[in-house]
Amino acid sequence: MLDVGRHPNIELLAYSEVEKIEGQAADFRVTVRRKARYVEEDKCTGCGACAEKCPTDVPDAFNEGLGTRKAIYNYFAQGIPSTHTIDADYCRQLIGKKCGICEKTCQADAINFDQEDRIIQLDVGAIIVAAGYDVFDPSLIPEYRYKEISNVVTAIEFERLLSASGPTGGHLDRPSDRAVQAEIAELEKRAKKSQRALDKFEKKYEEGSGKFYENYKAGQYKDDEDYKKWADKYAGHLAIVETLNTLKRKAETFAVAKRLAFIQCVGSRDFRFYPFCSGYCCMHSIKEAIIAHEHEPETQSTIFGMDIRAVGKGFEEYKARGGNKSEISYMRGRVAEITEGSGNNPIVTYENTLERKVESQEFDMVILATACAPTKAVFELAKILGIELDKYNFVKTNPQSPVDTSVPGIFVCGCAGSPMDVPESVAQASSAAGRAAEMVFQSQPEKEKAVA
Amino acid sequence: MPDMKDEDIRIGVFICHCGSNIAGYLDMEELSEYAEKLPHVTLVQRNLYSCSEAGISEIKKGIMEHDLNRVIVASCTPRTHEPLFRSSCAEAGLNPFLFEMVNIRDQCSWVHMQEREDGTNKAKDQIRMGVAKAALLEPQEPIMSDVQIRALIIGGGISGMTAALSLANRGYEVVLVEKENKLGGMLNRVNKLGPTMTDASDLVDGKILEVTEHPHITLFTSAKVNAAQGFIGKYQIDIETESGIKKIDFGVILIATGASVYTPEGLYGYDGQRIITQLEMERLFKKGLDPGIKNIVMIQCVGSRNEDRPYCSRICCQTAVKNAILVKDQIPEAKVSILYRDMQMYGVENEEMFRDSRAKGIRYINYDPARPPEVESNHVRVYHALLGREMSLSADLVVLSTPLIAHEDATEISQILRVPIDENGFFLEGHVKLRPLDFATDGIFLCGSAHFPANIREAVAQGLGAASRASIPLSQGSVVVEPIISFLANEDACIACGLCVALCPYGALEIQKTAKGEKVHVIDVACKGCGCCAAACPQNALDINHFRDRQIFAAIEAGGAGAR
Repeated sequence: MLDVGRHPNIELLAYSEVEKIEGQAADFRVTVRRKARYVEEDKCTGCGACAEKCPTDVPDAFNEGLGTRKAIYNYFAQGIPSTHTIDADYCRQLIGKKCGICEKTCQADAINFDQEDRIIQLDVGAIIVAAGYDVFDPSLIPEYRYKEISNVVTAIEFERLLSASGPTGGHLDRPSDRAVQAEIAELEKRAKKSQRALDKFEKKYEEGSGKFYENYKAGQYKDDEDYKKWADKYAGHLAIVETLNTLKRKAETFAVAKRLAFIQCVGSRDFRFYPFCSGYCCMHSIKEAIIAHEHEPETQSTIFGMDIRAVGKGFEEYKARGGNKSEISYMRGRVAEITEGSGNNPIVTYENTLERKVESQEFDMVILATACAPTKAVFELAKILGIELDKYNFVKTNPQSPVDTSVPGIFVCGCAGSPMDVPESVAQASSAAGRAAEMVFQSQPEKEKAVA
Repeated sequence: MPDMKDEDIRIGVFICHCGSNIAGYLDMEELSEYAEKLPHVTLVQRNLYSCSEAGISEIKKGIMEHDLNRVIVASCTPRTHEPLFRSSCAEAGLNPFLFEMVNIRDQCSWVHMQEREDGTNKAKDQIRMGVAKAALLEPQEPIMSDVQIRALIIGGGISGMTAALSLANRGYEVVLVEKENKLGGMLNRVNKLGPTMTDASDLVDGKILEVTEHPHITLFTSAKVNAAQGFIGKYQIDIETESGIKKIDFGVILIATGASVYTPEGLYGYDGQRIITQLEMERLFKKGLDPGIKNIVMIQCVGSRNEDRPYCSRICCQTAVKNAILVKDQIPEAKVSILYRDMQMYGVENEEMFRDSRAKGIRYINYDPARPPEVESNHVRVYHALLGREMSLSADLVVLSTPLIAHEDATEISQILRVPIDENGFFLEGHVKLRPLDFATDGIFLCGSAHFPANIREAVAQGLGAASRASIPLSQGSVVVEPIISFLANEDACIACGLCVALCPYGALEIQKTAKGEKVHVIDVACKGCGCCAAACPQNALDINHFRDRQIFAAIEAGGAGAR
């Protein structure tokens, strides 16, 4: 990413979308919409002072909504370019309220609330589509109860939980426990606020709230409005503190997740959704189980799958090592249902096909290996570019020319073409770049073709 | 360059606030006052953002107006900003290697946000260390070396031919060396290609014609690489051909030597007649399948995913399914069973072919590697792991799916070109995820089944990709290397023990005869400056530019001096 950001031959147009193309191979004219960031790119240094002061919290898309970011933000910490962006849907100033704190904070004078989308034209010889894929939404599978059972998460959410820079600093805190912790934090805020109100009364009447309340209940101070307010405030405060203490006692029992279930083919190899195999999910489940075990050596993982497809270089060995050293067991079978047991523990019901039995097992967390879903962005882009898609809406290619699309001069690489893992994507990226260079070279006039 | 006199050293220290990233947590006033008192420091300036246009022009102005000959920026990380500051120094006429960066943000203010005083003191230590090192910095010039605009491709299978055509179509001269007397490699022996079920010969013959007729491709068949010398841009290769040894210079080399099929001698009664491999099955198809065959059993993972060969060979499941479908298409009443452990039909096309095969009535039987199938005369007995019972399948023909194994020539080629192979004998790429087509050594690239078993789509993609990687030095015509590399600082001390040569991951060192006897020689453009050799040298004869022992020791001593 860094290399791309500072390469002299790469002009990076982030936060931009292709709107139109004209022309043909070696001579395309592309219309690009550069979306308004409300931040001047040439001035912003990416220091982040604005985001620190911004008063508006927004669910953090990069962390799969598991944490929050501000309304002015950098998509993630090392994001390139580091230019910040204002989220127009949330920014107080842009939705017409009073704010402008970022503008005051920014010492580089980069904030510009009047910025508008810009349309630019590019003349290019070749186009490479590398628009990636979407994570399949598992809430479409009712029997897995994703979103209903808080401790059922997707693999990408689990990645964020495992990440040292993620919302939990890499601790496998369960979402149900995090929800309680968030409630505690909220109640503590409220308790503090009500305590401040009580302090005022105590100072005014030079008496402790507890003592006052006893006397109040015993029938003194009856007719005074102010005393009634004090008493109500105190009763409310007691209720908050009581809930708080209950939750805190509950939180003392919280532990990181140690019994993990990984469910393969969630949305893949499934006629209701995508019949194809997404290729990389078996390996990321194994990887996540190994990393979880590294974080917490007591972790035990079960990977539920029809076939465990460890087909890349060193993959089968990695799978075996996971089984031997990281306490991963592989269960051949398809999970029928996930229900919620006591303590927010998900219960997985499946057929153990090797024993020919239907079994149930309780876990601390369930991780869904979601399908590589063709992205809507590729569908839209394909219409603009005029390239053909296959029946699933991946960009159509031929096994013998794996990065050529149906339109000469337009190439594809990575999961926009079909599901694939990192090494294959990287190799294909080089292939597509090579094909683009070949095509541009071929279309040059003969005399310019001579090299060295 | 001769050491500069102490009094001539003029260091400028630019301390960056990084907005509030640094200034919010450290006492900037105190830092700059402290820096002013350090030896050789002529100028100290604070910038709101050193990397902004204003900050950069302050640095340039400082160099010119104060005649600075060393510049330190105390700010963020060199990973993102060193190139910018270096080039700014160069623009102001200062050798960019007289610049030193001190990371008081990521390594100080960010980790000591709650400790203003201690954090400030630590930043002082860091700046003091930077100043001590900067005083001893030496100017460096980038190292440039020409690239011979010619590519050598070893192996004329589908991957190698694809790579050759891709480079040749961009006007580069390509020499393709094939060991056999005919191009095409493994594909010559394959019947049809999945999932399209097109003839393999159509693809391979088409490519062979293109390669043979291409004006930029020189082809040597029945030839092999015998010896190699040199480094990126300048390889001297001896090619043994039918008409004698040819010595040719190359800028880059691509390895596309493919793989072999494992012959399952002694497994499942393999006899090459009734019990055959999938590759032999391809030959049967080409000859025309005996329509009398009514029962075929295929066994997966024969000789792979075991103790001897722990890897999964990736392409055997798709081959078996393809051939099973072809049998059913030719003899619809035939019974075809595939005995498997996991069906490795990854991706869109494979899974689709897998589904089609089921629709055509091909049976899949899961077996347990602890209870492998037994091949008997006319029958295969297998414990069906999912039904939990043993079954006996009639078999006129048993087809064993054996893995691709590393080519027998791979070891020799790896030694000639000094590139590594992995524990299974396949060539080892530079980085498993991020550099799948490169080697650690610059200038040599890799594609196809020489890397790991690959199907057509993958072999073609990798051939195109490796060609693309190789075209970078070819199109630039020269390699420029940052001069932070190893050099023989003390020639007399070198005893030519060869330890460094053996340790160097990049093949950048060699022993040479000199007037003073045998000495180590650093191939500048091949060196990555990792420092492995200098650290290991028992004679302290090697040193790393810009990270010389004395520079690092000066920084360490300054760090230990603890000025507070």
